[in-house]
Amino acid sequence: MALKLDHLKVYYQTLHGQVKALDDISLQLKDGEILGVAGESGCGKSTLSNALILLKPPMRFISGEVYLDGEKVPIEEYQKMVAFRFKKISIIPQYAMNAMNPTVKIGRYIQDLLLVRGETPEKVFPELKRRLKLVELSESILDLFPIELSGGMKQRMVMVIATLLNPSLLIADEITSALDVSTQKAVSEMLVEFRNRGFVKSIIFVTHDVSVLYQIADRIFIMYAGKFAEIGPTQTVIHHSRHPYTGMLVQAMPEVGIRYEKQPLTGIPGQPPLLLHPPEGCRFKDRCPFAYGRCNQVPPQTQISEGHEVACWKEVEKDA
Amino acid sequence: MLELENVTKVYRVGAFGKGSLRAVDRACFSIGPGEVCSLIGESGSGKSTLGKMILKLSPVSSGTIRFEEEDITTISSTKQLKEYYRKVQGVFQDPFSSFNPIFKADRVFHIIHREFFPKVADQDWEKRVHDSLRSVGINPGEVLHKFPHQLSGGQLQRLLIARALLLDVKVLVADEIISMLDASTRIDVLNLLALLKKKGLCVLFITHDLSLGYYISDKAVILYKGVVVETGTTDAVFLNPVHPYTRKLLKAVPRLDMKWEDVELEAPRGEIPELFIPGETPGACTLQQIHEGHFVAVPGGE
Repeated sequence: MALKLDHLKVYYQTLHGQVKALDDISLQLKDGEILGVAGESGCGKSTLSNALILLKPPMRFISGEVYLDGEKVPIEEYQKMVAFRFKKISIIPQYAMNAMNPTVKIGRYIQDLLLVRGETPEKVFPELKRRLKLVELSESILDLFPIELSGGMKQRMVMVIATLLNPSLLIADEITSALDVSTQKAVSEMLVEFRNRGFVKSIIFVTHDVSVLYQIADRIFIMYAGKFAEIGPTQTVIHHSRHPYTGMLVQAMPEVGIRYEKQPLTGIPGQPPLLLHPPEGCRFKDRCPFAYGRCNQVPPQTQISEGHEVACWKEVEKDA
Repeated sequence: MLELENVTKVYRVGAFGKGSLRAVDRACFSIGPGEVCSLIGESGSGKSTLGKMILKLSPVSSGTIRFEEEDITTISSTKQLKEYYRKVQGVFQDPFSSFNPIFKADRVFHIIHREFFPKVADQDWEKRVHDSLRSVGINPGEVLHKFPHQLSGGQLQRLLIARALLLDVKVLVADEIISMLDASTRIDVLNLLALLKKKGLCVLFITHDLSLGYYISDKAVILYKGVVVETGTTDAVFLNPVHPYTRKLLKAVPRLDMKWEDVELEAPRGEIPELFIPGETPGACTLQQIHEGHFVAVPGGE
């Protein structure tokens, strides 16, 4: 088991109260697995990825436990996390465009990063150059400033830097959202290649685009308003989902081959709830066509089959 | 309705503008009333530049843009511009930066009232605003007298479309209007555009997402490095792609029924002329018709 989240709660402390961005999330990530995380904006998917790296105020750890390769990760303690960051858990941030230091050349920047982590740059650089070749960048890139690179090149460069020390877990936060389709495909396939070559053990791939997840993820985790909605193997979640929200989210995706005249799609009516005072019980109940009395209580996480779990009362009742 | 002929944009770059960058190179296409034309290309292909030139936010280096048979590249007086903006409006990518965060969101309607319809009485105007908001599918009570941060991206984007509809808008330039929105709300905005199209509005839909382009448009223009490489009816371009760049794009679209490695495109039908590939083929290009309403770029022309 590469990563295990156990009833993790991370809230944002604001003047008006606590924003419940991650509320009671439990999930497991197998070795060598790519887990796709999808949901609407504000559903807590970026909070999930940031909480595992750096718990920046106003983010506040409330309760729960995180284990990586059997070892407890002290995400609430800044100093203790230093040993994990970059070495065991690494992140490719959302805006790779601004991720690098603009005032020094890329080679110098990487050297500084390694020295801070107590690594010897001379030992790591040959491997760095091999990996640059793998992502189709030339070695001369190390003598350039970040501003001289195109968006796709920066994204690949940051990918190489983030995985340089072979972390166990890599978090990719919306890395393909700002790219056009051909670059999107190249970057996603490189990420799979990194996993296959063992540079990283497992990957959490956060995005709002379900169709990209279908291409590369082994399992998909759907979040709704800070809560667990559904997790399961990619094929199951896309084609045989059990949570009403997942179904509606997949339905709303336009595809080549679907025209408005022939097959108009529908969005999900309503808006996600504010997480400052989320509704009692199931948070999706106000937008859900199947909602009934029982939905005023929090639905439990129910296992449907191996690796496929859903939090919806509909599934509980069926078993009874 | 809107015709572009050899529209070119050259940017001056570098110190003292020594270098030059051809952002759009002799683009030709036209849009008729009640048509949605999607302009598809990757970042840096010049698609936003084209949109800006149509909206007169950026001057044209050479070529002509005709709107209702009139060349609009030369108009410069405030009065003429105002008349033009009465009929041609744009909506842009980021709904949050399109609004001034200090003022309430409905201020955009007051500005239209003051600038374009000063003679309309307040009460009549209010009724018009309400009608316009209802036609874009929002309940006026939900959005009026609120600040931009209190509204969702989808609501703000529809508010901007409602603002355009208050004028006698004929052409709407929609520059990546839904790429910032969530999957669940973007489809509502798209359906709205399709509905407006039925009412005779002509929409230039600028996007990098091919599936969105296919969903609503009648015509597609594929732009690569500033050059129109393939254009025609949506079905012709998407179902029988000829240019290697179009084929590359279509192969890279993430789909929900097939994995990338399984996607195989059929070989293009019909006789294929020698194609023009921007950046590789030297010289100029011209569009050649290969089927009814389906054009590709071939070397030639001046």
